[in-house]
Amino acid sequence: MHKDWSIRRLFGVPFVLWGVLFVVLPLFFVLHAGLTDEVGTFTLAVLGEAVQWEYLKALGLSVLLALVSTLACLVLGYPLCLILREYRQKNGMIIFLLFLLPLWMNSLLTTMAWQTILERNGVLNLFLGALGLPTLQLVNTPAAIVIGMVYNFLPYMVLPLFVSVSKVDKSVIEAARDLGASHWQTLRYVMLPLTRAGIISGCTMVFIPALTTFVISALLGGNKVLLIGNIIEQEFTAAYDWQLGSALSMVLMIFIILNMLLEFFTSEDNERKEARV
Amino acid sequence: MMKKFWQIPLCLLLALGLALTAGCDMFGDQDDEAEGDDVVYVYSWGDYLAPEVMEQFEEETGIHVVLDEFDTNESMYPRIKEEAEAYDVLCPSDYMIQKLIENDLLQPLDYSQLPNTQEYIGKDYLQQAEAFDPGNRYAIPYCWGLVGIMYNTKLVKEPVDSWAILWDPKYKNEILMQDSARDAFMIPLRLLGYSMNTTDPQQLAEARDMLIRQKPLVQAYGVDDIRDKLSSGEAALGVIFSGEAINLLKSNPDLRYCMAPKEGTNAWIDGWVIPKNARHVENAHKFIDFLSRPDIAAMNFDSLGYSTPNTGVQELVEEDMDDDEIAIAFPEPEVYRGQETYQYLGEVADKLYTKLWLQVKTE
Repeated sequence: MHKDWSIRRLFGVPFVLWGVLFVVLPLFFVLHAGLTDEVGTFTLAVLGEAVQWEYLKALGLSVLLALVSTLACLVLGYPLCLILREYRQKNGMIIFLLFLLPLWMNSLLTTMAWQTILERNGVLNLFLGALGLPTLQLVNTPAAIVIGMVYNFLPYMVLPLFVSVSKVDKSVIEAARDLGASHWQTLRYVMLPLTRAGIISGCTMVFIPALTTFVISALLGGNKVLLIGNIIEQEFTAAYDWQLGSALSMVLMIFIILNMLLEFFTSEDNERKEARV
Repeated sequence: MMKKFWQIPLCLLLALGLALTAGCDMFGDQDDEAEGDDVVYVYSWGDYLAPEVMEQFEEETGIHVVLDEFDTNESMYPRIKEEAEAYDVLCPSDYMIQKLIENDLLQPLDYSQLPNTQEYIGKDYLQQAEAFDPGNRYAIPYCWGLVGIMYNTKLVKEPVDSWAILWDPKYKNEILMQDSARDAFMIPLRLLGYSMNTTDPQQLAEARDMLIRQKPLVQAYGVDDIRDKLSSGEAALGVIFSGEAINLLKSNPDLRYCMAPKEGTNAWIDGWVIPKNARHVENAHKFIDFLSRPDIAAMNFDSLGYSTPNTGVQELVEEDMDDDEIAIAFPEPEVYRGQETYQYLGEVADKLYTKLWLQVKTE
């Protein structure tokens, strides 16, 4: 028994090594750079610099756009998963794979493609013009950034959501219908509570990359709409102020940790309930 | 519990071991390569040397060129400062050369080893370079240019000769601006009649307010994408470096270029310098002087398109060019004389520019 244990432990070594080298150490470097000055003595001054008004404005805008994108992904993704659930045996898997298509391509390319679509002389406006409709000024606005985020991150919503929605037993829905629940009531009181874990993890998986992106906002926002990701990127590449860049990442991390805590507690809650049942 | 105790130190040890061996490899490599004297380590902008130029240098001198590239002055600086690698010759921009000089990271050039340079690098350009390198002790100009306005005559019917057009509400959503603090502030500072090297907070605040007023008119702030957007007619007006103008004009017949708006513009110069810790100083001089030879400078000009301070190039290349192109690539002295070149303003002013630019961008 004892011998067995030590061999088992050996299997874990690569993963612990991975965790230390690529998670803990980098995190330590970021914390170190964010909490020291040029000569390496501990200070909170850089962190203080990172909470000035301009940065907070960019952070606020990032949170807002990330929330809007997450909501849009949920509103688009949930009905899709309900439909796919019904067609699972037939063509459901093909449709499901098609919705994961953005993941097959480099996200830089898909974002550049959106640039071409939304541009003033772009595909969308050519199309609208041909129909005699007024053209839209979309590129270089927050709306364009949200479109780019929704397109790029929708698969991250659909994946966990689909798993969660298809786990719901058909008989549960039938029972609800038998007992006189309307379609809406079945959705509201049966489906949504049962798929809460999927909704929350889908939202987290969209919210975090949307909050930290800088490519989408740079390409579709024309560098006019500055998100916190762009500022961090600028600090590291153009201003070469690694301390400030790290301190800003730390501020951003607070939001990500909050988000993950929310997921952790709500899903645990869910499991406990399931266990009780 | 026992499990954790031995795992963590083991992993840290392994990580340390990895880091150490990686470090050793790096040092080992450089020593191997540097053993011979027939080598020169060059650190330059990406795509800033025609490949055939380097081949010819190796053929003629037997000196092997090892080329590393950077994409911003700011990313180059710490590698020189920390002496992480011993480069023999670098090609930074004006203000960055000044910063390197002020931090005592360069060595003076030996002009007796630079006969071509003495003969062919134009006096005007050397004089311009004194703004950041007094006495021309450290840097030999390599490429230079001005910053101007490219405009589309289908959308802009009036003649363009002033930066003020970039504040004209008629052109809302038609304007493309450079996305860097110094290049953005240069324009309102000149319009207000101030120096583009000012560190006066009051003047900079005025310039910032102008940029904030301009922002609703701006379609996008960009770097390389400005070219594409002007070429495809996405925007009517864009701030463009003269070195990019010739190719851009060829791509769309509706485009015209105002190379030097009347309020004055930035004349930038990139130059070759030798860092203090260079190990092949003689080879570095040979390399710089080779690039100053007119036939070699002409090869680089054909490949890069940037204006050259080399006085022997124009007669070699002008038969393939039309008058407009010649006027941009080899402007008359009155166009560039008296234009300002960026200077290094010190860390405090750098931070102020960054902060004010951020205020514009987050507005």
